[in-house]
Amino acid sequence: MATTIKTEFDRLRNTAVWRSIFRSGSGASNLHRAEAVQQNLFLHLFSVKIRSRALDFKPTWYLGALTLSTFFILVATGILLMFYYHPSVPQAYSDMKDLQFVVASGVFLRNLHRWSAHAMVFLVFAHMCKVFYRGAYRPPRQFNWVIGVFLLLVTLLLSYTGYLLPWDQLAFWAVTVGSNIAKAVPVMGNRMRFLLLGGNEVNANALLRFYVLHCVILPLAAVALVGIHFWRIRKDGGLYVPEKKQS
Amino acid sequence: MSDTKKETPGQLTGGANAAAGGRNQGCEECTRREFFARLGIGSLIMAGAGSGLFSYEYFSPNVLFEASPIVKAGKPDQFAPNSVTMDAQSGIYLVSSAKGFYALGAICTHLGCLTAWKPELDLIACPCHGSRFNRDGIKVAGPAPQPLPWFKVWLADDGYLMVDRSTYLKVQEFVKV
Repeated sequence: MATTIKTEFDRLRNTAVWRSIFRSGSGASNLHRAEAVQQNLFLHLFSVKIRSRALDFKPTWYLGALTLSTFFILVATGILLMFYYHPSVPQAYSDMKDLQFVVASGVFLRNLHRWSAHAMVFLVFAHMCKVFYRGAYRPPRQFNWVIGVFLLLVTLLLSYTGYLLPWDQLAFWAVTVGSNIAKAVPVMGNRMRFLLLGGNEVNANALLRFYVLHCVILPLAAVALVGIHFWRIRKDGGLYVPEKKQS
Repeated sequence: MSDTKKETPGQLTGGANAAAGGRNQGCEECTRREFFARLGIGSLIMAGAGSGLFSYEYFSPNVLFEASPIVKAGKPDQFAPNSVTMDAQSGIYLVSSAKGFYALGAICTHLGCLTAWKPELDLIACPCHGSRFNRDGIKVAGPAPQPLPWFKVWLADDGYLMVDRSTYLKVQEFVKV
C-alpha cells in the first residue's frame, strides 16, 4: 500500500504540470533536494542543509516554530472572526456576544484566537529568554536579535489593539489607560494620543483605528519582519548550536 | 577633483569643506548625471516630507462627534447640602458645600479611569490603581500625580448650574445660590 502511494506520487511528480510548478522533479539526490528548497519561494528563506543537531529539542525547545504556529492559528481564526464582526460602537459588543452564543463554532474560534494570542505573547517571551540565555544573540546574529525585538513589539501591539475590539468594560478601560500612557511621551504625547484614538476620547474613531491596525497594518508588519527574521537565520549561519563539549 | 588642485594652498587649509560646498552649491560645474541625481534626490525628499505632512493631516480628524465640554449639571435645589453628586456620563462631581457649589473632574489624573464617590469613606476612589481623593479633589493616597481638576461653574439664566469641562480653575471658586 505504502509503496503504491509512493510510486503514484513519484509518477505525479514527473508529470508536465507538476514539473512546470516544481522544477526540481522527483530525484532524491542532494542536488535535487537542495533545489527543491532553493527554488521554492517560501522554503528558500531557509538553508538547504542544516546540522541534524539543530533539529533536536534541546537547542531551541522549538519555541520559534511554536510562535510561528500560534501566528498561523491567529491569522486563520482572525480572518474567520472578521466575517461576523463590525468595528462600530453599536455593533461590536453584540457581534462578539453573537460569536459566543449564536454563530456555529463561533465560541470555539473566538476562544482559539484569544488563547493563541496569550500563548503567542508567552512563547515570544520564552523564545527571547532561550535565545538570550544560550547566547544566540551574539555576532553574527546580533541584527536578527534586533528584528526579534521589533517582532516582540509588534506582538504586544497586536495584543493591545485586539484587546479593544470586544468593546466591553475591560477593553474600554484598558485602552483608556494605555492611551494615557502614550500621553506621557514628552512634547508630542498629546498629539500621539489624539492620532492613535482619532479624537480625545476612546470612541468610534478609536475602535475603527484599532481595528485597521489589528487586522491590516500590524499583521503585514509582522509578516514582513518574520520573513526577514527567518531569512537572516540562514544568512547568519543557521541556528545557533553550540559545539559539543569534549569530555 | 581637478578644480581643487587649482586652488591656492591657503584656501585649502582654511576651508577645504567650505570650498567643496561652495563648488557644489550652485551646481555650476556639475555633470549632467550629478545634476539629475540631485534633482531626483531633492524631489524624493520633498515627496517624502509632503507624504509625512499629508499623512499627519489625514489622520487628524477635523470634525469630532464628541460631547460638548459644557454640560448642564442640574438645578441647585436638586443637590442636598454637603453632598457629592456624580454624573458618570459627563465625568464630573458636583459638590455642594457650605461655601457654595463647585465641580470636580471625575477622570483620574493618573491614567484616565473614571473614579467613584465612596460616601462611607468620604472619599473619591479610582478603581484602576487605587488613587484616592478627598472632596476638594486633593489626593490622599495612590499614584495620581495631580489633584482632580476644578471646573468652571456658573448659574445659567434658566436656573441650571452649568459646568465647563474645558476650563480648569487655578484658584478655588464657589458658586453661591
